[in-house]
This record gives sequence, C-alpha cells and structure tokens, in this order.
Amino acid sequence: MKYRHAAALAAIALVATACGSDSESSAPDASPAAEAQGVGPITFANGKDSSGVLQELLDKWNAAHPDEEVTLVELPAQADGQRQQLIQNAQTESDAFDVIALDVVWTAEFAANGWVDELPEGALPTSDIVPSLVEGTKYFDKMYAAPWGGGTGLLYYRTDLLDAAGLEPPTTWDELVAACDAVLQLPEAEGVDCYGGQFNKYEGLTVNFSEAVNSAGGSVVGSDGQPTLTTPEAKAGLDFLVDGFASGRIPKEAITWDEEAGRRAFQAGKLLFHRNWSYVYALANETDGSSQVAGKFDIAPIPGATGYGHGTIGANNLAISSFATNKKTALDFITWITSQDVAQHLLVESSQTPAYGAMYDDPELIDQFAFLPMLKEGLQNAQPRPSIVHYGDGTAAIQEEVTAALTGEKSAEQALSDLQDRLSEIVDQ
Amino acid sequence: MTITMAAPKRRAVRLTKRTGDSWTAGYMLLPALLTLALVAGYPIVAALRLSFVEVADQINPQTGMLEKTESLGLGNYVGLFVGDSGEAFRNAFMNTTLFTVIGVVVETALGVAMALVMNKAFRARALVRVSVLVPWAIPTAISGLMWKWIFESDGIANTVLNAEIIWTADNSTIFGFISAPFTAVLVADIWKTAPFIGLIVLAGLQVVPKEVYEAAKVDGAGPFTTFWRITLPLIKPTVVVAVLFRMLDALKMFDLPFVLVGANKHSVETLSMLAQFELSNVRYGPAAAYSTVLFAYVAVIAFVFVKMLGADLVGRGLKGRG
Repeated sequence: MKYRHAAALAAIALVATACGSDSESSAPDASPAAEAQGVGPITFANGKDSSGVLQELLDKWNAAHPDEEVTLVELPAQADGQRQQLIQNAQTESDAFDVIALDVVWTAEFAANGWVDELPEGALPTSDIVPSLVEGTKYFDKMYAAPWGGGTGLLYYRTDLLDAAGLEPPTTWDELVAACDAVLQLPEAEGVDCYGGQFNKYEGLTVNFSEAVNSAGGSVVGSDGQPTLTTPEAKAGLDFLVDGFASGRIPKEAITWDEEAGRRAFQAGKLLFHRNWSYVYALANETDGSSQVAGKFDIAPIPGATGYGHGTIGANNLAISSFATNKKTALDFITWITSQDVAQHLLVESSQTPAYGAMYDDPELIDQFAFLPMLKEGLQNAQPRPSIVHYGDGTAAIQEEVTAALTGEKSAEQALSDLQDRLSEIVDQ
Repeated sequence: MTITMAAPKRRAVRLTKRTGDSWTAGYMLLPALLTLALVAGYPIVAALRLSFVEVADQINPQTGMLEKTESLGLGNYVGLFVGDSGEAFRNAFMNTTLFTVIGVVVETALGVAMALVMNKAFRARALVRVSVLVPWAIPTAISGLMWKWIFESDGIANTVLNAEIIWTADNSTIFGFISAPFTAVLVADIWKTAPFIGLIVLAGLQVVPKEVYEAAKVDGAGPFTTFWRITLPLIKPTVVVAVLFRMLDALKMFDLPFVLVGANKHSVETLSMLAQFELSNVRYGPAAAYSTVLFAYVAVIAFVFVKMLGADLVGRGLKGRG
C-alpha cells in the first residue's frame, strides 16, 4: 500500500515513454539522384584505421578545406560489426555518418532500402576504373558508391614443387588435379596437401562457392535477380569442391578454415595450391621465419573449368548516407579520396590495392608490388558475388547448403536444388 | 534478515504517522523508480511491442526499392512453431536447454569438489585457490578464442587425445553421434564456470561450524556420511543459489559458442544467438519474439527454482526456512 503513489507515477512514466516513440516511419522515399547539396563538416565511417594512414590523408584534406572538415569515425574491424552499426544508423535516420564505406556485397541492400544516395553520373572517372569494380557498385543500373580499392581471389602456388615436377601453374581444374597427382608423389612433397580455400561456414564459403560456380561458367543469381543453380555449370562448380573433399585433395580440416587458417597452412608449407586474397603475398614472403615458403611461391588467376576462372570481388566502396546533411561536401570528399593520386598513396603506404586499371601496369609500382599484374588479370575476369537485397539471408542459405554438400550430408544435386528453392524464396520476399 | 527485523518497527510507525510517512517514502523512491522505468521498464515494453510488429517488404520491380508495410499481429510468435524458423527455434531451444542442464550439473559436481579441496588446510592452499579462479577471471571472449586454438584440427586437444577430430565445424561428430562443436563449447563452459560455483560453495563451507564436524566424529561418522549428512545439508542453501545463478547465466549463453564456433552454426546455436542473427538481418520483430520467449523461459525457471528448492535469494538465512 505504502508505495502506491510512487508505483502509479512510475507506471504513468512508463506508459508515456512507451507511447512517445511509437511513430516509427517505414522505409524512406525512393528519391532518385537529387543534386548533392549542403557544404560543411562531415564524418567518414570506415573500418579500423590501424595503420594511421587514413588519418594522415584526412589531415591533408582538412588543411585544404577548413570549413569542410572530415572526421573519421572508426567502426569495428569485423565486417559484420560495421554493417550492424551502419544499419542501426540508417534505421534511426541519423546524420551521424555522412560518407560510409560499404562492402561490395551490401550495395543492393543499402540501395534498395534507400539508405544511400545514388551518385550523379559523371562525378567519377569510371572509364579509368576496372569495369568489374564499377559493376559491383551498381544496383538496378544505377551507381550508388565509388570504387575505393578492390581485390579478388588469387591462386597461390608453390614454384619449387611445380618446378620439381616440371609443371606450369594450372589454368584449369583438370590441370590443377593433374599437377597435384604428379607433385604429391615427389619425396619433397611429403605432408603437403593439394588445395585449400575458405570452407568454414561463414562469408568466405559464399565467396569460394560463387567463385567455383562462376569459374565453371555458371552463376549463383542471374541478371534478372533469380537464382540459377539447377544448371550443369553450377553443378560442375560445386563438384570441384565436393570432389576435392571426397578425394582428400582438400584436407578435411579445411572445413574449418578461414583466410587466416588457410594462410597459416600455406605458410607452413602444407599446401601446394591455395586460394586467398592479395594480402597474403607480402606475409608469405616474410623472411623472419614466420613463413616456410618465402620466395618459393607465386600467384596466378584462379583456375576454372575451361581456362582461367572468375574470382569474386572483395572491395570497399564509398557511399553517401541518405540522411547526411552536407552532401555536396560528401561527394567532393569521395571524389578526392577515390582519385588516382590518393589511390597511389594508399597502395604505397598501406597496400590498399587500387581501383584504377592503369596503376596495375605501372612498372615502378610493379617493382614494389609484384602481385599487381596477376591481380589485374584476376580483376578483369572477376565477377561480383550474388546481388541480393536480403543478402544476409542469401549468404546464410548458401553457407548452409554448401556445407551440407561438402560434408557429404547431401548430394551436390540435392544441395543445389534445395539452395535454388531457398534463394528463390529470399529473392521474392 | 533486514526484512524480518524491520517488520515490527514499520507497524509501529504506521500507527502513528501513516500518511505523511508513506508520501515522504514515495517521493524519496520516485527518482529510483523513474530511472528503473526508463532503463528497464521502457525497453521491456518496447521489445514486447516490437515482437508483435510484422514487416512485409516487397521490391518494386521498376525502381528496385524496398517497400515495407508494417502491421501488428501474432505472426512472429507463430513463426516460432512452423516452417524453417520453427525448426531453427526448436533447435536453438534444445541447444540452450542442453547446454544449461548438462553444463550446470557437471559444473556443480566439479565446483563442490573444488570447494572441498580449497577448504582443506594444506601448504599450497592459497596457490590452489588462486589458480582455480583464473578461468573465471578470464573474459569469456578471450577464453573462447583460446579454446578455439586448442580445438583446432592441429591443436592441443587433438594432440593430447591422439585423435583427428574436426571440433569446430558445424555438424562434425565424435564417434559418429556426439556433436563435436557442442562438446567443445561445453568443455570450455565447464572449465570457465565450475570455479564460480566452487567459490560460492567455498564461502558456504567456511561458515559451517567446526563443532558440527567434531560431533559427527564423536558419533563415529565416516568421511562419506559426514559429507552426505552434515556438509551437504548445511551448504545446500549456498549451492542452490550458485546453481540458480549459473542456470540463469547459461540460459543466456552467447559469447562462448559465438567466438569458439561462430555465428549461424546450428549445432551450437542458442536462443540469444538466434535473436542476434535475426537482428543482424534487420528482422527486429522475430528477434524481439525470440528474446521475449527467452525472457519468459528464464523467468519461469527462476520462479520454479525459487519456489521448489527455496533458493534463498533475499538472505533469510537458514533460520527463515525452518
């Protein structure tokens, strides 16, 4: 009895606050590329700037544009964490982030939700940028982000072992299998496995699966947005991975591998062929004893069914948040930081691989970054991962079914037809 | 203790200055209650409301933009029982329950054993007490990473066991029927939290008067009888509280399986992981529904526990329970 008044007051307060926030608005209006307006200070939300190179760049910009200062907002290092913060920011329609770094696979989701603005045509020198990277920033033929560096899957191979067997690096899966059969019989290849990629049940598996399907000439999702997995090409792609596990060419522990676990195995000299990104190149060439394969490996575009395969693009793109206030500054800033001059600086200072095709042919840069020509070759063939608005659900379904196929729980046909059904449902949602 | 002590006094006050005093108390409590309403009440009500919000979205075939329509309904709760989401929910519910039941039973047995050892007087007692506490002191995410390395395919676990088990892959099994990732998480959880029970039980052990043991010895009770008839009944209230805390904690388990095995791995997915997965895919309704069910589950367990075993949470002590 005693506390009745207080309790009643508390209850009123509770109800009042609960009602107060009731008016959540649904998706913002689909406004087509409005003229970017508003000049003033902005924020730039990006992953962790561990090298400090980015802050130096921003200092340079801020010195030249004192009225349009850019503040760096560091998001978590992991992509999932970044996406969550960006989405939360968009859901509350907050103007806390103006320029945001979008992973290439989020383009469709952010564009379809109206969370990022379409970029005006002609704002960026798209003709100088590697076409596959430009493609990755588009949704419904409109460009929503500026390519800011890009990478793709590469085949790392052991030159010493291939030389010992008198073989050239493989361009097709058949050649890769034949090379393994020949090399693994050599006494110096004791304890070496044939091939490894990223097969843990996470985003990396979606990457490896899409690459396999694309490299067989198929696609996960067609240009009309519908899944295309009941084709012989998709089957051939998945079979490459399933047969790899079944025959032991891919070691069975690779089912737990992410980029780093695979890199460790390759650096320990336990893999003849390894699919990974370009960051491994410098690390595996380390001569401080961390790598057993320094100077004993090289890279090539990933192999496919009938010639070089199609790697998938991993790239950070820059977009303008729909809820930003100073959009003109944001656009100017994006234009500047994705320019070729800055790209060169970023490559030299922090090994961020560039979006500009010409830089891959620059002899001075090639001197310093020997992987550039092969990366260019790979990028020219590269294809984006499936463009799905509900990408989180799509990639989860892919990981689910592909894992079932790789562990032998389902046949490849069954997994593909189940995946086809699930993706159709997700796309039509 | 405080409550029983205060009761007679309160009655006396009420007789004399009833109205004025209760108003004063009310106003004094107001800031605390308002704060509670804001930081605890409002989020709960908002989450409850959110769990009834259904969002249907449609991609406009011309512009490609998502068009969302919101409505209120029971759809999110129906989803707990039917279709793919129903399967995911049942799986997560089972995992959560099994983690809790198996984990807490083993942890309690180990914890009580640890406490008995720590309570003995021997030379290295301080060292043992400290080392037992180390696992509990390490942040869960760190111990998750540590155990991930231990359970790697070329990790210590496989070397020690002389086995080639793939511990952290979803659907991987030991002997073909025991889930390997589930076992890995369970081992890590027991390693981490048995010391917690040990510590609380130790506190209980230390207040058991020595005379009781002396009397038991005089009566000719052996070590087993002493433990079963003397120690256990006397430390029961403490054990019950420790077990209750551990259960409530285990039901919310998230970080250990998330770090050790990963997101969206069905063999270790718990209810809170499922809610997080929905949340990260911008489905706030289903996420809120999962959380609400977890909330209710935890509440029911706590209630049953307090009612049936008389968990002594308000400090009535041994006397109060007669």
